[in-house]
Amino acid sequence: MRGKFLAVAAISAIAAGPAVAQNKPIKIGFISTFSGPTAVIGNDMRNSFELALDHLGRKMGGAPVEIIYEDDQQKPEVGVQKTQKLIESDKVDFIVGYIWSNVLLASLKPAVDSKTFLITANAGPSQLAGELCSPYVFSTSWQNDQTPEAMGLYMNQKGVKTAFLIGPNYAAGKDMLAGVAATFKGQVIGQELTKWPDQLDFSAELSKARAAKPDAIFVFYPGAAGVQFLNQYAQMGLKGQIPLYTAFTIDETTLPRQKELAIGVPGAQEWVNDLPNEQNKKFVADYKAKHKTGPSFYGAQSYDAVNLINSAVVAVKGDTSKKEDMRKEMEKANFKSVRGNFKYGPNHVPIQNFYLQDVVKQGDDFVLKTVSTIVENSQDRFHSKCTMK
Amino acid sequence: MLLFIEQCLNGLQFGLLLFLLAAGLTLVFGIMDLVNLAHGSLYMLGAYFAATFAALTDSFLLGILLGLAATLVVGMTVEVVALRRLYGRDHLDHVLGTFGLILFFNEVVRFFWGPAGLNLPLPSWLNRSIEVLPGVPYSAYRFSIIVVALVVAFLLYVVVMRTRIGMLIRAGASNREMVSALGVNIQLLYTLVFGLGAALAGLAGIMQAPILTAQIGMGENILILAFVVIIIGGIGSIRGALVASMFVGLVDTVGRAFLPDLLKLFLTPAAASTAGPALSSMLIYVLMAIVLVVRPEGLFPAARR
Repeated sequence: MRGKFLAVAAISAIAAGPAVAQNKPIKIGFISTFSGPTAVIGNDMRNSFELALDHLGRKMGGAPVEIIYEDDQQKPEVGVQKTQKLIESDKVDFIVGYIWSNVLLASLKPAVDSKTFLITANAGPSQLAGELCSPYVFSTSWQNDQTPEAMGLYMNQKGVKTAFLIGPNYAAGKDMLAGVAATFKGQVIGQELTKWPDQLDFSAELSKARAAKPDAIFVFYPGAAGVQFLNQYAQMGLKGQIPLYTAFTIDETTLPRQKELAIGVPGAQEWVNDLPNEQNKKFVADYKAKHKTGPSFYGAQSYDAVNLINSAVVAVKGDTSKKEDMRKEMEKANFKSVRGNFKYGPNHVPIQNFYLQDVVKQGDDFVLKTVSTIVENSQDRFHSKCTMK
Repeated sequence: MLLFIEQCLNGLQFGLLLFLLAAGLTLVFGIMDLVNLAHGSLYMLGAYFAATFAALTDSFLLGILLGLAATLVVGMTVEVVALRRLYGRDHLDHVLGTFGLILFFNEVVRFFWGPAGLNLPLPSWLNRSIEVLPGVPYSAYRFSIIVVALVVAFLLYVVVMRTRIGMLIRAGASNREMVSALGVNIQLLYTLVFGLGAALAGLAGIMQAPILTAQIGMGENILILAFVVIIIGGIGSIRGALVASMFVGLVDTVGRAFLPDLLKLFLTPAAASTAGPALSSMLIYVLMAIVLVVRPEGLFPAARR
């Protein structure tokens, strides 16, 4: 009697075993900036992330998804703390997010040392694409230099002979200015790096730029600083005088405030809201229906991050302990990206197209439109430094 | 040479803006002996109110005036409701209390206006470039900031030096207990002084708003600079605040503009472009440290405590 009971109990336990493993939730930690002036970006990323999960029915490979959102306050020291919390305390399977390159660089070690997958949905410091590359880090955005490299190519197309570069003095700012200088065939007659994120008054730098008399000014100021820069640029009377070329300075989060100041100011981007693939149309339409405004490229990259993770989880049927298999699946970039299909380079950075975006007025609104493709299948120039172990 | 003049104008404009903020702060610190960290929040509220009223009334000037009035009201309300309890207490209590006010105001602004920030667009007659000297183009709006701030500084001088109320303010800065013992209504004086400080801070925020846009927490960084100014200038002295803010504004802007180039003379360009911005942002604090060593009570001290 007791033996039979034990046998039945044992069989039920074994039968229940795999079922329990299948329902183990996939834990994802999301780190972005949710406070301060750049909270707009974090909110856009969160909204897009949530929309992607809704599109998947909030399950990946049959398992429910649990997300924990953390605020890095745009500070590297806070970012690394939150990363450690997510890894050690919450024991997440994936960490996604990171707007700022300096926050990402600070938070890299805990993730890599603990072999937790980190998907950067924005920041792309050059070090990460080169010597700091890791099998556990993937990007659904770009490497910082790729976008300004495209803008440099466009500036060549427009016959710009001399340029003055202005950007903020942190990891991404330096990458951006180096990226333009890498492809721009003309002469860089001046370069100014401003204190970040404190300095918001660019009068000294704009005066210097005007005095140098360049053919064009290239600028990188993400978030609210982009609004302030365009304001001051117009106030100094430079708007008609010296053309402006940008990267990451005009996007859907800043355009509502930049308005007509952004018209005629070109930017380069790997994703624009009107790219004609099916996945993108669904993403933009559903986002607009839910949030009234359109998503930005930050959001598009977060949306892609969900689908990248999903492809990996589906491949291992929800067993997130099979890290090697998940990594191999993610390296295939086997999901429908809203920017169109792309491949990964050996350093897990996308090899993708870059488009020229411009601002037009539609009724009372200002929208971004794709003008042309600047470069196809652009790869970052640091991948040879990556020796992935 | 012309670039140098333009950068000096930039420095002058920044210095005068700091003066508006520092004047209020030094008065409140000098007369009421109150360390007011929430001064930066009044600066922020000025910007938000002006942007909101300008959008509602479609008039730039009306928006500024209404914004100023609203900041004055908020300032005096804060003094009556919250700050009265802090008088006579240790400076650390002031710091804690007013720091709490900073957090409170940041959240209030986020609650009413959202996290994104507001623009205050300039009317077309200000949004252009003028030639202040032959060959030196300068933003019309920044020039108007210089003019307005100088006018306000002059008015402040007239009020403080030539009116009875100004005499009471100066006396209070010198020796608070004596003024109270002479039968002056010190409560009213405090409220008025705080209101004046709030109005000055609000004006600084309003004038900065078209350039920097109104953002949550915009007062915090500039508040640090304002404290540096009043330390250098001497607590309680408006003349000290004026001189020190000119100094700080010029050193900061001209340093930022020319230090990297200076460094390039004897460093590699890569090192110069890294060291330049870092050094120039340190210059002001180095200046403050030198003043503290050489003349700890500031350049023009007002009080004998």
